[in-house]
Amino acid sequence: MSDDALSESTGFDGTRLFKVLFLAAVAVFVATPLVATVLGGFKSLGELRTNPFGLPQHWVFENYSGILTTARYWVLMRNSLIISGLTVLLTLITASMAAFVFSHIRFFGRALLLNYMTMGLLFPAATAILPLFIKVRDLGLLDSYFGVVLPQVAFGLAMSILLLRRFFKDLPDELLDAALVDGCSYVGFFRFVILPLSRPILATVGTIIFVHSWNAYLVPLVMLNTDRLYPWPLGIMVYQGEYSADWHLVLAFITLTILPTIILFFVAQKHIIAGLTSGAVKG
Amino acid sequence: MSFQMTRGRRPAALAARRPSAATPASAGAFDAGKWTAILLFLPPALLLFSLFVVVPVGEAAWYSVFNWNGFGHPTNWVGFDNFRAVFANRAFGIAVRNNLLIIAVSLLVQLPLALSLALILADRFRGAVALRMLFFMPYVLAEVAAGLIFSFVYDGDYGLLAGIFRAVGAEPPYLLASAQTSMLAILIVIVWKYFGFHMMLFIAALQGIDPSLKEAARIDGASRWQVLRYVVIPLLYPTIRLSVFFAVLGSLQLFDLVMPLTRGGPADSSQTMVSFLYTFGVMRMRVGFGSAVGVIVFVICVAFAFSYQRWVMRDE
Repeated sequence: MSDDALSESTGFDGTRLFKVLFLAAVAVFVATPLVATVLGGFKSLGELRTNPFGLPQHWVFENYSGILTTARYWVLMRNSLIISGLTVLLTLITASMAAFVFSHIRFFGRALLLNYMTMGLLFPAATAILPLFIKVRDLGLLDSYFGVVLPQVAFGLAMSILLLRRFFKDLPDELLDAALVDGCSYVGFFRFVILPLSRPILATVGTIIFVHSWNAYLVPLVMLNTDRLYPWPLGIMVYQGEYSADWHLVLAFITLTILPTIILFFVAQKHIIAGLTSGAVKG
Repeated sequence: MSFQMTRGRRPAALAARRPSAATPASAGAFDAGKWTAILLFLPPALLLFSLFVVVPVGEAAWYSVFNWNGFGHPTNWVGFDNFRAVFANRAFGIAVRNNLLIIAVSLLVQLPLALSLALILADRFRGAVALRMLFFMPYVLAEVAAGLIFSFVYDGDYGLLAGIFRAVGAEPPYLLASAQTSMLAILIVIVWKYFGFHMMLFIAALQGIDPSLKEAARIDGASRWQVLRYVVIPLLYPTIRLSVFFAVLGSLQLFDLVMPLTRGGPADSSQTMVSFLYTFGVMRMRVGFGSAVGVIVFVICVAFAFSYQRWVMRDE
């Protein structure tokens, strides 16, 4: 705004026009595939071919209702929800406990252990995928939810601990001093003081972990062999393989599977943007 | 400063300073409580991380010198044969070239796009927030969903691109089915999917810039362009360096997006290092060969991260 007040009157409109055109072009580039996917689910295959862009001339609801009334879609959603839910829960519990120790308790070797954990930020998951498969197989966890959940938790720990620790460290030290003097244990302090005060950061970390787990492809692909346990990214690939020519069905299926993500995005956009971008910032 | 100094103070010191709690017994109890907390709270994270991250990475290095199908124990020691086989593989050469191409497009197309959009959208005006959300949305979508959406966009029979070609009376191309265009098609999806993330990083940084800096420069007679060039962009350097860091590491590990679009084909033309690992290592259960690819990816990523942090981000 101050820029506008200071700007020369000459040449301003040209810049402004350029900005508007630029934004419009990018918006069209981003939105068109998404909108066409949603609308495509309301078209017949024939209309999709003649009218890929516009609103459907005849709204077909059978594509969506057909998917929503079969068990297939709901099984995928259930599996994804179980896997992501367990991943979030286990990550938050283990990471917050570790982050508390790293932020509030001094002991020999703390810096070393923290460095050891943060090393995980650099490790590409792909490098570990074959040994991970063998380990999960030898533990008897292949084709189980936990075979997917445990590696996902392990790979999310480094970032979660860093984010949580940064938040815990900024809580006033007087809190701990007062609690200890009053006879509260470290464990009790963590449970009854730190955790309730940390709801915002727990929500943020939980949201990032959830989005990553909800979207994950490689780990479930390697660890799961039966459709029964597939989360949606695997299920949608199978569906697309079966109905590859029936784009109207595939588009409806894509729309329904990304719908939860989009709803979550609008409900928790603050946490998602804060989390996904601050997760990028070094701890 | 004094606040900083008190951080992490030992409870024993605290007890000594406050006579009411200064009995030796309570200091000892604090210490015991401290170790209870450490022994209770640290092992779960340490164990999970060691067992499922550090050990498997180490094992990848170990397996990479064996010829092994994953059953029984690795016994067939082959030295560096797996690495030789990887480097001699034509598809791996293509994969490395593609990864470099992805890095180049991320840095030369995606990053300037993200930066220029951030410079516009960091200002407050009607619709700015909505546009930010729209541009960030592809980043939140799963790679698999984004890939499938674009395999529809590119479809030569029903896709959006085909619709455009038909509208102008041209023969629709099958971008994903041709070895010449498959990588181009994937690169476009990469920009579509990831520029919003970098844009958000830049917007967050831009909003942290003190507006009086810009105003001062303007009052001193700098043009808008000069303010941008000599005030705003230099203040963004740390964020740009960070953005480059993530773009390169992400580009080196690209996999999820490739699978729904091309699975690395046709004729391995759109293979990346990780899709190569999956196709030739995981799918065929060649544990040694695949682990060798994993080790190569690991060494490249870690070497890049360390040297980048050492030489480029050393001030932060």
